[in-house]
Amino acid sequence: MLSRKILGLTTALTLAAASGAFAETLTIATVNNGDMIRMQGLTDDFTAKTGHEVEWVTLEENVLRQRVTTDITTKGGAFDIMTIGMYETPIWGKNGWLVPLNDLSEQYDVDDLLPAMRAGLSHDGTLYAAPFYGESSMIMYRTDLMEKAGLEMPEEPTWEFIRKAAAAMTDRDNDINGICLRGKAGWGEGGAFITVTGNSFGARWFDEDWNPQFDQPEWKEALTFFVGMMNESGPAGYATNGFNENLSLFQQGKCGMWIDATVAASFVTNPEDSTVADKVGFALAPNKEGVSKKANWLWAWALAVPAGSQKVDAAKEFIEWATSREYIELVAAKEGWANVPPGARTSLYENDNYKDIPFAGMTLKSIKAADPQNPTEKPVPYVGIQFVAIPEFAGIATEVSQEFSAAYAGQQTVEEALAKAQALTNDAMEAAGYK
Amino acid sequence: MATQHSRSAARLMMAPAVVLLLGWMLVPLTMTLWFSFRKYLPLRGGDLGWVGFDNYVRFVSSSSFWPSVQTTLVIVGGVLAITIVFGVLLALLLDQPMWGQGMVRILVIAPFFVMPTVSALVWKNMFMDSSNGLFAHLWRAFGAAPVEWLSQASLPSLILIVSWQWLPFATLILLTAVQSLDGEQLEASEMDGANPLQRFGYIILPHLSRAITIVVLIQTIFLLSIFAEIFVTTGGAFGTRTLTYLIFQRVLESQNVGLGSAGGIYAVILANIVAIFLMRIVGKNLDA
Repeated sequence: MLSRKILGLTTALTLAAASGAFAETLTIATVNNGDMIRMQGLTDDFTAKTGHEVEWVTLEENVLRQRVTTDITTKGGAFDIMTIGMYETPIWGKNGWLVPLNDLSEQYDVDDLLPAMRAGLSHDGTLYAAPFYGESSMIMYRTDLMEKAGLEMPEEPTWEFIRKAAAAMTDRDNDINGICLRGKAGWGEGGAFITVTGNSFGARWFDEDWNPQFDQPEWKEALTFFVGMMNESGPAGYATNGFNENLSLFQQGKCGMWIDATVAASFVTNPEDSTVADKVGFALAPNKEGVSKKANWLWAWALAVPAGSQKVDAAKEFIEWATSREYIELVAAKEGWANVPPGARTSLYENDNYKDIPFAGMTLKSIKAADPQNPTEKPVPYVGIQFVAIPEFAGIATEVSQEFSAAYAGQQTVEEALAKAQALTNDAMEAAGYK
Repeated sequence: MATQHSRSAARLMMAPAVVLLLGWMLVPLTMTLWFSFRKYLPLRGGDLGWVGFDNYVRFVSSSSFWPSVQTTLVIVGGVLAITIVFGVLLALLLDQPMWGQGMVRILVIAPFFVMPTVSALVWKNMFMDSSNGLFAHLWRAFGAAPVEWLSQASLPSLILIVSWQWLPFATLILLTAVQSLDGEQLEASEMDGANPLQRFGYIILPHLSRAITIVVLIQTIFLLSIFAEIFVTTGGAFGTRTLTYLIFQRVLESQNVGLGSAGGIYAVILANIVAIFLMRIVGKNLDA
């Protein structure tokens, strides 16, 4: 009798312990953009399914980068899941700082991830972060202004056409700028844009021996073209404009064209925020005639588990939930198809409900046109399109883009900016031991 | 007269505070000094060993070093000049009997209580923005093309923003000094035929010299480490990268702790040179 009671008690205790072991509280660092905030609102669905609780640490992009980088380099262990991008993932994966995600469940269907996203978030073929959403860049333009200028946007325009169209659309008296582009200093702002512009003119950051290439004619041509076009048709003060500033200008109807992240398409076509919502067309990012690479990038915000986390299994469960097809359907059911996280899964673009969204097709084409393994016309020793996936890049590119911004503002010539960029990149590469 | 015993007891009781304060300052300083001699790259495996004076040489020989020192000094000098000149004028003005004096004084002092980040954001977005800012609208109203403040006049704009914040501090200190001025002395000089300029030059200004010295010393210490305003407005672009900002870039953006630490030690040295220089030149006033 007693032994049966003991047996019963032991079983109950074991069960309680087992269920206790499964119910974890995950701490997740994330970025404060719309899609991530939406995910936080839907976390109850995850908790209901798995029993795990979630605590969010939501930060502005730059702060998030610094926090998670510091946490991972000092092995702080503050987070079970980190939101990171395509720049960090391969570097951290190579260093062994992330848990490989090569054992996700069959139901998750890892093969459904867009190949470009999967490749950009892998190192040596191993996936280290799962894409929550992905993006490339493309041209967003005002169909009415284009018509007024008597031009028609080709699906694959060249830079020469863009410059001509920008000049034709510019109407200074009515505060309309033919083209709005990023000039703001910062590696993820103007640095990213001028890098893809360089790619589309045949320029590259480094040659095969890691020698900086800012002294090459391609860079001079790209930068001279950019400055010339923006002085002709860009908004005043473009040297301080980044993504948000240009988004606001475009939404106010002050830009004829804007080349930027594909995720911006849903903002400029949303009638609640945009005064030009029904007059926006889309085209692939341009290239210089004769150059095979276009000025489009590839980026993903992705979820990863830091190595050394005590809650790896629960963290993986969360990642599977947040980046699954079911999650996309959950968002679509609650908020509509235009608001689902784009650019991560092939199946989304095969979905009949999503095909009707005006920017869906061009987003997919732009993502597919981006190849981080071969980002430039000439061979390079690095991976990454609008960045170079080495730890030193963020620092170098921020300083280089500061020199470029000074040239945009007319504080120095293109030649001076390039000479300084060459010198400081050389210094940094020497300091890092590349040369 | 303290006895040997009471002196020892006092030392013993003060010891914890002294140790704590020393630790508070010495631990970070020693760590900075230690890291500055090491190749410490967190993204490349952390501490990679002793490198001697490499970081120091590299920091000084980088093309960004001297421009950043120059920028730091220009900003400090510019803000000091503006805050002292306008501080003296405002102090004299606020000393005059006027209706609503208390209210006016509070308004003048108010900027000092605004956080640097907030004030920089307000200046950047509400005043200096070239398409939607107040200045742009003003310029347009007079038919002129708006100025790109933060990119084309970046240093003067930054000096303006920082001066706006520090002017209340200077005014407050100087106002206190003005109020302690002997009214009879001024009256006597007036009766002797001294004009307002003479009274200002020979009586008021010498009387204010100690207060000015205090303003210079305190402001210099804080202004040498100015950061938030630059981070928010220009992000270090357009020639606004100060020494502090350069160190931030080296440590956090380039993830090179060794190099940044060497920069930190240079900043400590620079601050000390400036402090000694100031104490020697203007600090003499304090002895008088």
